[in-house]
Amino acid sequence: MSFDLNFIGILIGAIMASSVPLILAASGELITERSGVLNLGVEGMMIIGAISGFALMVVTDNLFFAVIGSMLSGLILSLIFGLLTQSLLTNHVATGLALTIFGIGMSAMIGKNFVGIPGKEFPLLFLNFKESIPFLGPIFFGHSIILYFAFGLPFLTNYFLKKTKTGLIIRAVGDSPTSASNQGINVTLVRYSCILYGGAMCGLAGAYLSLIYTPQWIENMTGGRGWIALALVVFATWSPIKVLIGALIFGGITILQLHMQAVGLRIPVQLLSALPYIMTIIVLVVISRDSRKIKLNTPTSLGQIFYKEK
Amino acid sequence: MIKIERRNDVSRSIYFLTPVLAIFLTLFGGGIIFYILGFNPIEALKFFFITPISDLYGLSELLVKATPLCLIAIGLSFCFKSNNWNIGAEGQLIFGGIVGGGVALLFYNHDGFYVLPIIILSGAIGGMLFAMIPAILKTYFNTNEILVSLMLVYVAKLLLDYLVVGPWSNPEGFNFPETRQFSESARIPVLFDGLRIHAGIFITLITVFLSWLILYKTYLGFQIKVSGLSLKTAKYAGYKGKTMIIIVFMISGACAGLAGVGEITGPIGQLHRNISPDYGFTAIIVAFLGRLNPVGIIFASLIVALTYLGAETAQIFLQVPKYTGQVFQGMILFFLLGSDYLLFFKIKFLGLKKNEL
Repeated sequence: MSFDLNFIGILIGAIMASSVPLILAASGELITERSGVLNLGVEGMMIIGAISGFALMVVTDNLFFAVIGSMLSGLILSLIFGLLTQSLLTNHVATGLALTIFGIGMSAMIGKNFVGIPGKEFPLLFLNFKESIPFLGPIFFGHSIILYFAFGLPFLTNYFLKKTKTGLIIRAVGDSPTSASNQGINVTLVRYSCILYGGAMCGLAGAYLSLIYTPQWIENMTGGRGWIALALVVFATWSPIKVLIGALIFGGITILQLHMQAVGLRIPVQLLSALPYIMTIIVLVVISRDSRKIKLNTPTSLGQIFYKEK
Repeated sequence: MIKIERRNDVSRSIYFLTPVLAIFLTLFGGGIIFYILGFNPIEALKFFFITPISDLYGLSELLVKATPLCLIAIGLSFCFKSNNWNIGAEGQLIFGGIVGGGVALLFYNHDGFYVLPIIILSGAIGGMLFAMIPAILKTYFNTNEILVSLMLVYVAKLLLDYLVVGPWSNPEGFNFPETRQFSESARIPVLFDGLRIHAGIFITLITVFLSWLILYKTYLGFQIKVSGLSLKTAKYAGYKGKTMIIIVFMISGACAGLAGVGEITGPIGQLHRNISPDYGFTAIIVAFLGRLNPVGIIFASLIVALTYLGAETAQIFLQVPKYTGQVFQGMILFFLLGSDYLLFFKIKFLGLKKNEL
């Protein structure tokens, strides 16, 4: 097996690409959770984003509309979640589960007429640099604009939460909704906004899958990535930068598993495919053991219903 | 003028009526979706909810599907009542099926009345052990049981896939991803010739009765309910929280494992990749729709089983994908949770008074 630097560069580029949906969905969910809301509907919003993006691409032949549409559809689904949990005060866990079940069913219903249609080529930026610069070229160039956005997002999110007033308000609402409310903050409004933002990001994550990563529509194509994104938020102990690191690790495992299969190692395919899930559990155990560490950034009111007596 | 007031106490009649309201709203919502898709909503709903159970075969199929759903949901009610979010029942079902199926293959060509009970028992133990993983990790390492139990679903699915493709595949099976057909002594007998309804329904009914006994007539059941209502009270009363978490997960895993082994020794008769159409996830909806109450869960399992049958019929007559059932299942849960608002709040329609004008 020849071992050249350029191949490693291509491998790293592939790892980055496979981590994009995880970064997007987890960064969105992180904001939602920081405001004290636990939305388990990530998988459902992602798959709805995937089919809406793909369907709009086919119908309008316009990738811009497709991407915006996928974000809107994720947002609409999260609005259902917001109405239920914030206005009708339902249990976050059960509502999120319902959202995922509903989203998977709905996506299959919409997607019935889009199975087997080939996708369109998504424009990749700086393709000439990718070819001409060895090693660094395939890492930094020749990606879609969504990938660059995804890799900037954790830093933006970090800055937003730590340095801006809005970020402070979101954290205050997540840590103590009652005191925030007493300070005159509209807790419900803040939480609604965070839920909608999370929904839009999950929709975008889905669009990345169906428009760029594997440009076609397959039923259930998110394949549990939404749940891994949820685990990533815990893995990152609610810190955006660690979301990025975690997503790269998971992307790495996915790509490694594909390459090990291709090389023909005598390890059962299924064991390799199970690696990301087993790794998630191991990582959760390792980080959850230290309760001080996990409590540092955990929104204190996560998943609790807030009701203001009028 | 509409006024919303908080209720002082939860009305019992509304508590059991809101599920009925949720079902009606779901039918209405489903009708709208069918209309948007270009079907006559009344016709489509008829294909979905009436055609499937208009003959004896359909009714038997309804019970075949309700049997595992009810069993899993009963187990989940122990977890949910005590605020433990086991959402990996699907994985526990599959693992129970794997263990039970392994034992069935071990006893291949064995005759004897003892074969089936051993298989069923091993399936239940398999599910129980698999459910203990998230429970033990939660109690000793403080991990989130939602994520761990869910990740294990994928692990169980892949393990099943590995076994039926590799070491356990039928040697005379032309490389199909399935095991041998189990021998007759390893099969749960059917109740009537020509129908698929099988004796597994009695396992479900016995489990429902036992659960009712445990939940409402024993100290353990009391502890479970108190911990669900207030963890602080439970701690103050000196209940052993960790032991209880493990017990409720064991009960719920055993039920899911029973459902899995019931499927493979009942209607299926072998192991293959798709031994469950997501029964483990759908049972979560059944548990909520039945208000975590054993009798309620029986009714709820019949209704949710109907969405499975309806989706199959609609797939044939209306050419909609079978995932349509999930749309209805999701909607039921949405409407049910949403209408719970009525439990805690009173909506008063007041006439305008003169001094308000």
